[in-house]
Amino acid sequence: MNPLAGYLILSAFLFAIGLAGALMRRNAIIVLIGIELMLNAANLNFIAFWRFSDHPETLTGIMFVIFSIGVAAAEAAVGLALIIAIYRHYKTANVDDVNSLKG
Amino acid sequence: MMNIVFAIIAAVTIAAAVAAMSLRNLVHCALALTVAFAGLAAAYLQLGAEFVGFTQLLVYVGAVAILVVFAILLTRGSEPQQSLVSSGWLAGGLVTIAVLGVLVYAIAKSSVVHRAAPAQPDVTVLQIGEALMNKFVLPLEVVGLLLTAALIGAVIIAMKEEGRK
Repeated sequence: MNPLAGYLILSAFLFAIGLAGALMRRNAIIVLIGIELMLNAANLNFIAFWRFSDHPETLTGIMFVIFSIGVAAAEAAVGLALIIAIYRHYKTANVDDVNSLKG
Repeated sequence: MMNIVFAIIAAVTIAAAVAAMSLRNLVHCALALTVAFAGLAAAYLQLGAEFVGFTQLLVYVGAVAILVVFAILLTRGSEPQQSLVSSGWLAGGLVTIAVLGVLVYAIAKSSVVHRAAPAQPDVTVLQIGEALMNKFVLPLEVVGLLLTAALIGAVIIAMKEEGRK
């Protein structure tokens, strides 16, 4: 198999696994982990396309992934803080039970 | 040789990701997630992006995994044994299968995948640092501001509401 196609397929499967976890699991932490996996799959695509581009010396793909990792870290911190706040309020981390605004 | 290494990395990463999404014990999920992140770092190293690979190890295997374990331990207990999946699992599964099908179809039909690998680019940390300080200095500052705001926001959100009760 062509190397670029291999990396793209790997990235597609990682994205689908993360999407399945985010949509199907009932624990909010697993939902957040699924979103992190999807972000990582997108990062893998950036690096693969950067490696196989005609001008890798412009560093565009690497830069995008570095900033993406920074934003994903911020997202994980705020998301987990939200989950802890929700758990303190509802005494559960189950996305099915958290169904009211201003509850 | 390259193909064998890639196959091992891909198999470990996919297996760890599936385990992270499907195990019942949340701590096991976090450990499997760490393995998946490490596999992705190995893929970055294999692609010649050493700096990004080590950044991935530092940020994800180091920091995000610890954050996830902390959140799991803080929100555990008093959870009765219930079903693993949420109420909308059937629709979610169908959406997932549709997305995977579209992605694989697009990759198989694309002409990009026939591209041959160019010579290994020689990227040094010096080049990355110069690019960050010249061409990408504005995004760098914005990310710094975002991380500061996220730090303060996360502390405020997770802080105990004293006196409000």
